[in-house]
Amino acid sequence: MRHVISILVENKVGVLARITSLISGRGFNIDSLAVGETENPAISRITIVVKGDDAILEQVRKQIGKVIDVIKVIDFTNEEFVERDLMLTKVNCPIGKRGEIIEIADIFRGKIIDVGQKDLIIEIAGTEDKLEAMLSLLRPYGIKELVRTGSIAIARGAK
Amino acid sequence: MIKTGSQILLDALIREGVEYVFGIPGGANLPLFDALYESSIKFILTRHEQGAGHAADGYARATGKVGVCLATSGPGATNLTTAIATAYMDSIPMVAITGQVKTFLIGNDAFQEADIIGITRPITKHSYLVKDAKDLARIVKEAFYIARTGRQGPVLIDLPVDVTLEKCEELIPTEVDLPGYKPRYEGNVRQIMIAAEAINSSKQPVVYTGGGIISSESSKELLAFAEKGNFPVTTTLMGLGGFPEDHKLSLGMLGMHGTVYANFAVTECDLLIAIGARFDDRVTGKIDEFAPHAKIIHIDIDPASISKTIKVDVPVVGDAKNSLQELNKHIHFVERKEWFDKIKDWKGKNPLSYDNSGSVIKPQYVIEQICDAAKGNAIITTEVGQNQMWAAQYFTYTKPRTFLSSGGLGTMGYGFPAAIGAQLGCPDKIVVDIAGDGSIQMNIQELSTVVRLNIPVKIAVLNNGYLGMVRQWQELFYNKRYSNVCLNGNPDFVKLAEAYGAKGFLAEKKEEVRPIIEKAFSIKGPVIMDFKVDPNENVFPMVPAGQAINRMIGTIA
Repeated sequence: MRHVISILVENKVGVLARITSLISGRGFNIDSLAVGETENPAISRITIVVKGDDAILEQVRKQIGKVIDVIKVIDFTNEEFVERDLMLTKVNCPIGKRGEIIEIADIFRGKIIDVGQKDLIIEIAGTEDKLEAMLSLLRPYGIKELVRTGSIAIARGAK
Repeated sequence: MIKTGSQILLDALIREGVEYVFGIPGGANLPLFDALYESSIKFILTRHEQGAGHAADGYARATGKVGVCLATSGPGATNLTTAIATAYMDSIPMVAITGQVKTFLIGNDAFQEADIIGITRPITKHSYLVKDAKDLARIVKEAFYIARTGRQGPVLIDLPVDVTLEKCEELIPTEVDLPGYKPRYEGNVRQIMIAAEAINSSKQPVVYTGGGIISSESSKELLAFAEKGNFPVTTTLMGLGGFPEDHKLSLGMLGMHGTVYANFAVTECDLLIAIGARFDDRVTGKIDEFAPHAKIIHIDIDPASISKTIKVDVPVVGDAKNSLQELNKHIHFVERKEWFDKIKDWKGKNPLSYDNSGSVIKPQYVIEQICDAAKGNAIITTEVGQNQMWAAQYFTYTKPRTFLSSGGLGTMGYGFPAAIGAQLGCPDKIVVDIAGDGSIQMNIQELSTVVRLNIPVKIAVLNNGYLGMVRQWQELFYNKRYSNVCLNGNPDFVKLAEAYGAKGFLAEKKEEVRPIIEKAFSIKGPVIMDFKVDPNENVFPMVPAGQAINRMIGTIA
């Protein structure tokens, strides 16, 4: 099952290495990983998306919780949360196709952030599903390059 | 006050109450050794860093204090890794300090550089690379705090040589501030009440305890618990000494080479009360058939140990001592005659036994004689293999911190250096390393250490001319195809002892065993006893790997 794990850590050397080695040590590949400072610069948040056996991942989550510099671990899997992934993609764009491609980007609320002679760059933020949906429509034109930040996630406020 | 990094480090160690540091100097820790020259800390120079690491570990296990070892960068540091891994697997509090190349050279493939932080990441509880001498006092305080609290374990401090030379204001911390590290000592009261209820209503309970009883110093509370509620108690290898084995409620050790009655009792119990133990595969055997009828209560300070391999019904995250004190208020005595009759029957039919009728020396006999001659005043360390299992089975442990053995990692070469640390920590005890002729050669160089410092450890080599445990497995499971287990070319251990300046005695016949043990114990210096034992003797009973623990070789049902 796909798990989105959010980890609050002290912003110190080595903590990321400890966490990723706990995951890779169990033979799981990390689908995505995003790290950045929180509202408190002494604390960073690591968001990891990983697929694997639930029981083993529960064990991994507990092990991550034991890392000295880890303050809190949340597995969002069974929680209400909002998730976003930011993607930049350079799409092949022959003369005459520009309109079609911009239309696709618009449908997904993507933004055109650069236009070249033969290609253009689209910026889009959303869930992984949404990004994948747009990509599948763009693929026929030819994806030249693609970069993603990996998912970041945050729990929803109380209703 | 302005001090150098080296002085700050040593003063911080002294504030932590460090008496001994074990290790070897080298290029990257020269300034530190210069400061040690006039320090009150006693430095024990070993002959290999692995010896230093195990000695620090043995000191920690025997005394309950944090053991400290010190090596230089590169090969010095990598030589420590087996000892660090050993301490990690058995949750032993240790601080390992390694020299490192100058800060600006790190990552440059400098002379004697190794990324020891990276190498030891999976085998340390935490690690620090010190980049500024101003942080050093705080780091040492945190390192000791982390090593000795919660589930204990080794912490590494990697110390670049320029930091040890740097002069700065010493900032002595008053408190440890680790927002992500808050080990939980008190078990949840509601969970403890649920546990107490299950305990009081159980008809066939078994208490299964591990090293957590030793590290939390709760053997008194365990004894009170077992006597008050009337429960049979079995311990893991790591838990030996946590419950007196001469007590009528004791079932001895369980697991692969445990007693038949302990394994039968666990298999038939209706309630398994696990305290400070982690359901290791050498204990459980085949998981599906481990305690199949039992409700399981698990008390452990490490939340990650709970329901790791076996689904637990009543988890209690907390310190064993605390939890037992609380539980003891809520449990009551139940007679359970039928259950104890059953256990008595199993004990009668399947005691630990071996054939001692011939004149050849049986290794089990050697252990029994050591036990008897030591009169309860011994600390036993072991190597790994048959020697370790016989030492576990045939010595009667009645007190905690008297059996020091590499349980989790199974490190051959552990016992002798661990004995050095134990002897320094407990000078009034007789410290005996029960060794095999294979494993003793893995750290034999420490004979120089004990001779030079006259550390009176005794080494009992159960010399069968084989890597015995592997030979046993090849005999039982590999059609007696004895591949590379015969130790032809062993040294003459008596001459070897003498070459180092120690005493060496040889026993080839049964009647020579006791006299040389007594002679060795009467000598105030290191001794090797070479017992030529039956090379064909195996460790029984035995659960074949992956089998259910009630299916033991050498059992009468």
